[in-house]
Amino acid sequence: MRLTCPLCGERDRREFYYQGEAVMLDRPAPDAGDEAWDAYLHLRDNAAGETQDLWCHEAGCGAWIKVTRNTVTHEVLKTELVAK
Amino acid sequence: MRYNALQVLKEGLFGNRGWKPVWRNPEPKSEYDIVIIGGGGHGLSTAYYLAKNHGMKNIAVLEKGYLGGGNVGRNTTIVRANYFLPGNSEFYSHSLKLWEGMEQDLNYNAMHSQRGLINLFHSDGQRDAFARRGNAMINQGDDAVLLDRDGVREHLPYLDFDNVRFPIYGGLLHPRGGTARHDAVAWGYARGADQRGVDLIQNCEVTGIDIENGKVRGVQTSRGAIRAKKVAIVVAGRSGQVAAMAGMRLPIESHVLQAFVTEGLKPCIDHVVSFGMGHFYISQSDKGGLVFGGDLDFYSSYASRGNLPMKEHVMEAAMTLMPMIGKARVLRSWGGIMDMTPDGSPIIDKTDTDGLYIDCGWCYGGFKAVPGSGYSFAHLIATDQHHEPAAKFRLDRFRTGRGLMDEEGTGSQHNLH
Repeated sequence: MRLTCPLCGERDRREFYYQGEAVMLDRPAPDAGDEAWDAYLHLRDNAAGETQDLWCHEAGCGAWIKVTRNTVTHEVLKTELVAK
Repeated sequence: MRYNALQVLKEGLFGNRGWKPVWRNPEPKSEYDIVIIGGGGHGLSTAYYLAKNHGMKNIAVLEKGYLGGGNVGRNTTIVRANYFLPGNSEFYSHSLKLWEGMEQDLNYNAMHSQRGLINLFHSDGQRDAFARRGNAMINQGDDAVLLDRDGVREHLPYLDFDNVRFPIYGGLLHPRGGTARHDAVAWGYARGADQRGVDLIQNCEVTGIDIENGKVRGVQTSRGAIRAKKVAIVVAGRSGQVAAMAGMRLPIESHVLQAFVTEGLKPCIDHVVSFGMGHFYISQSDKGGLVFGGDLDFYSSYASRGNLPMKEHVMEAAMTLMPMIGKARVLRSWGGIMDMTPDGSPIIDKTDTDGLYIDCGWCYGGFKAVPGSGYSFAHLIATDQHHEPAAKFRLDRFRTGRGLMDEEGTGSQHNLH
């Protein structure tokens, strides 16, 4: 699997650190309560098919990248910078 | 039909023409007391123990493919009870005891071989950690022997003891650890369940779970609707999809774990050897193939196959630990879909829906848990009470933060186990 860093171009998967589903971008308010924080930290759609997840180009430019990917075929459909 | 040695001899002499299929292939009935979704190791053992321990008769196991076609047929067959934390310790200890009596109980040869498992260590700090783990195992009533360097050399003379990066300081031997014939475990439980009247229904995919007023009523399947008083979800890597049918999101990400086997070789590796620093472990199957594996690929996947970087890493670790392995040729590799929880420990619990139970989150350790998981899950389904050895496998521990079981001590977060 190769990922295209929007800044550096197509690179080997080994240059990237996998964080998890892109739900991590929607951080709840500190006082949002148990349920909201549980959903944010632990509960996952865990889709078999198209999903969006976060990768860090840690052995490259260090950018956080939102990757649209198919978890059944490993096809990478889209990569975009988290920071606009 | 009970198996015995005389029968094997007789069939051998007459061309093995007398063997019969060991389970029926029934049509699904319109209603059952209990429907178990998932005909893998855990689902089949759950059905078996519901029938055997709790006298339940009217049970169906629904399997979308064929029995034992998932992770129970795709793992590296290791059986052990070398856990450290309360919760895991008592559960895996109970499961190992069930393994030790399973073949007699099922009248089925699962080729369970307690050949001993050795976890290697490579520093003074790691030795302390393994000494502590060994003490925890002994406290639990299981067996552990701390071996020094010469002690390991007696068992495993073929290792590279003087590797510059990872010199071998010793190992923790778990003599009752070992391997088993993975398919036979599924088949043995399937046969036992069928003999006790459980309907094992293959090629029957669950497409929906019927819930009315917070109570489960049955399931929709590719072979029609089936009513049920209780429904149990035991679907490993597919837990997320099936739970979604009941409106649940689970604390689970499905990841790919790869495994490898070489061509058949003469006996050379007598134990299960685990090289934690290289994320590598190996044993030799009774057919002669070296069966080995490493860590997750570390991204969510349902592809049942991995990528090349982890293959390279596993081969490098193998060469670091036992240079002799370079002479062997890899026959094939494959990937399984692992239901990973944030803390790396499993879930056996009720859900918010009355009559709906879930057994999942076995991460990459489900095989050794097959008997224990089925035993404890059956107890929960039949009595609505948690079975003592599995009482800490709570679904709500992530929300509350109470009772997390993080064996690696790395944190309760999805990408860390």
